[in-house]
Amino acid sequence: MTLSIPRTLLEELRRHGEETYPHECCGVLVGSFDEEGGKTVTAAVRCGNTRTDSPQNRYHISPSELVRIQREAMLAGSDIVGFYHSHPDHPARWSATDLAEAHWTGCSYLITSVEDGRAAVSNSFVLLDVDEAKHFQDEAITVTAE
Amino acid sequence: MPIKVLIPTALRPYAGKQSVIEVSALTVGEALNTLVAQHPDLRRHLFSEEGKLCSFVNVYLNDEDIRYLSKDATPVKETDTISIVPSVAGGR
Repeated sequence: MTLSIPRTLLEELRRHGEETYPHECCGVLVGSFDEEGGKTVTAAVRCGNTRTDSPQNRYHISPSELVRIQREAMLAGSDIVGFYHSHPDHPARWSATDLAEAHWTGCSYLITSVEDGRAAVSNSFVLLDVDEAKHFQDEAITVTAE
Repeated sequence: MPIKVLIPTALRPYAGKQSVIEVSALTVGEALNTLVAQHPDLRRHLFSEEGKLCSFVNVYLNDEDIRYLSKDATPVKETDTISIVPSVAGGR
């Protein structure tokens, strides 16, 4: 499986992580699925982090924002294909919390490490299966010109 | 009356790959029950074994969370749209 994303959008979501540092940023990836489960991102929608109690190591997207983004994406013939967030001064790997709180099976969870305020590594993981079998699988990121 | 239910991408494999499903209902609870009756595989992704809506599943009537309306008993009308959105959260 592959996550295909234009360079401008990848740079934009990485910049989002720099802007919110030392807090985690978060947002939604909108685009389309192909027959094999691969995804093409056409928009990265910034969201607010509602975890104001612990924003340096937790994120949560307001469901009302998700409802609006899902509705607008579907009206435009697109879909929610994944989400992104940052790990301030922490590796771009999924954590136990990330897995426990992930519920969008088949979608991508793109994580960017932000070190001393600068975006470093971005990795993507696809959520597979449910319940006890739920797990993340590494997913290649293909960066496109547009 | 028919009402639209928007199905999130994560749940479409359990809903015949449909993004929008129309169901006949007078309340949100009726709409969800009709939905899972038509698509039984959806049930365990929406409800606990006790039949309660899973804590990580959010159900909105238009722009309002049904938890802050009348929950299952919230009345619906033909022009309304129900949105289902699993929660999105995490952290390092």
